[in-house]
Amino acid sequence: MQQLVRDTNAWACYDCGKCTATCPVARVGGSLSPRRHVLSANLGEETDPGRDDTLFTCLTCGLCESRCPAEVSYTGLVRRLREAAFDAKIEPECPHGGALQSVMRMMAKGGTQQDRLGWLTEDLKTDPKEGEVFLWTGCTGYYDAFFPEFDMKTVEGTKATVRILNHLGITPVVSPEERCCGHDLLWNGDRQSFDALARHNVELVRSSEAWMVVTPCAECARTWKIDYEPYFEGRIPQVVHLTELLEERFDDLRLKANGMNRVTYQDPCRLCRHMGVHDAPRKVLEAIPGIELEEMKSNRHGAACCAGGTWGNCDRFAKRIQIDRLREARATEAEVLVTACPKCQIHFRCAMKDPNFGSEISIEMLDVAEVVASALV
Amino acid sequence: MTADPSPSPRPAQKKKKAATRKAAKTAFDPRIVVFACNWCSYAGADTAGVSRIQHQPHFRMIRVMCSGRIQPAFVLRAFEKGADGVLVSGCHFGDCHYIFGNERAVEQFEKTMNVVKLLGIEEGRLRLEWISAAEGARFAEVIDEFTDQVRVLGPSPFATSDAIEEIEVPETETETGKGMEA
Repeated sequence: MQQLVRDTNAWACYDCGKCTATCPVARVGGSLSPRRHVLSANLGEETDPGRDDTLFTCLTCGLCESRCPAEVSYTGLVRRLREAAFDAKIEPECPHGGALQSVMRMMAKGGTQQDRLGWLTEDLKTDPKEGEVFLWTGCTGYYDAFFPEFDMKTVEGTKATVRILNHLGITPVVSPEERCCGHDLLWNGDRQSFDALARHNVELVRSSEAWMVVTPCAECARTWKIDYEPYFEGRIPQVVHLTELLEERFDDLRLKANGMNRVTYQDPCRLCRHMGVHDAPRKVLEAIPGIELEEMKSNRHGAACCAGGTWGNCDRFAKRIQIDRLREARATEAEVLVTACPKCQIHFRCAMKDPNFGSEISIEMLDVAEVVASALV
Repeated sequence: MTADPSPSPRPAQKKKKAATRKAAKTAFDPRIVVFACNWCSYAGADTAGVSRIQHQPHFRMIRVMCSGRIQPAFVLRAFEKGADGVLVSGCHFGDCHYIFGNERAVEQFEKTMNVVKLLGIEEGRLRLEWISAAEGARFAEVIDEFTDQVRVLGPSPFATSDAIEEIEVPETETETGKGMEA
């Protein structure tokens, strides 16, 4: 526990309570209190996850962390406490019955040849083995198979990413051997399965001899950039989210109007707060002729998240957060809500299915990759 | 995947008696999880047992109130824990005790099948069957056929010895094996 307090900077907490005051879950009535967890860690009390179920209601969105004046890593603390809970065989009640976690664990076990590149069409130039840039596609194919009722194709974002990379003159490596990055397992405490996935994936990229990993998924980007770092031996490839790459290669992008006028942008928590990327997607979106980017009430570091990252929790508070966020999006009078993470799309689309709010909060959603790809010359 | 002629990598089965029987001796004994609805398929299994219809005993049955309850998570969890095959069964269309539960079951099953295919698990390891309470013979037939099919596919890639132990059900509840034991 002392080690944990040191690692997460918890000892620096001066009990101001800003974390709990900004916590999106606490704000809509949840009993989660980051401050209490930090306090009990400081007092050396073992949080008993069997009794303290708020441990699993944290969205790990990092909003509290971005406000914390003492720079306590609350998400780090929660993650470690969840790992301890997992070791004690206390698993959270996962949404969807834990189906997605099962899928990830099966990938961690390996042994099968996944059929994950069904979306790859002839016109997309990719290389299955070697290349300079590795495109980490993420599990969008699985999401589409799992959520047919949302009438959405998150895989379109992945396809659009390939199109954009081709436009920039890059033939990315897209490997059928790719497995889940393990992000969700890690944040739900399953360190062992994450370990297996990380080793496999790092080896995969190493063998492709790519010096850069690009991904259109905010969670994959965070995992690759931050959580995979200890797994690399020697040369570490540069890890960028697609929007970061677009900003870097901004001058090579030739964009035309794609018929969209007013859009708004949802900052995925992994991208904006965990990685600090918020200007890149905005810059790219605003560069498209005709597009006017209207900000929502809370944006950048203060943006509310989709309340569903990590497939860790879905409850009435999550629904409330989603609905509030969609109201903000509607208030901008934007036609399209653009995001940079497939999970934002899934969870907001789910919230839009609410029969009580349906028409009031529904808005067209697209991935930033799709928007940019449709504007390519 | 083709038939695996090598001896089963599995640890010794608990039910030694059953394992030494002729039918079970061929290649390996698959572990099959059968989800059955309370009103039709489970009763169908019961009919098979009461009528003493011989069928292979390598399955564990999980009774649910309605096949509509069998969401992807159940099936995927079974595969994760090392099941070699999963059979989902319910009432015939029009016979559902809850009117439309089995229609839900089809939706859930299709979703599950898509995910299973993406994962690279052979399609033959997952099956949906409608078995009514009166169809004891059909139950035995389906079980035999499915067991043989899974046996040809060989052990599941996710089957490890420790995972198998986790899906072991208590002895007292393995009444579905009665076709063989009777």
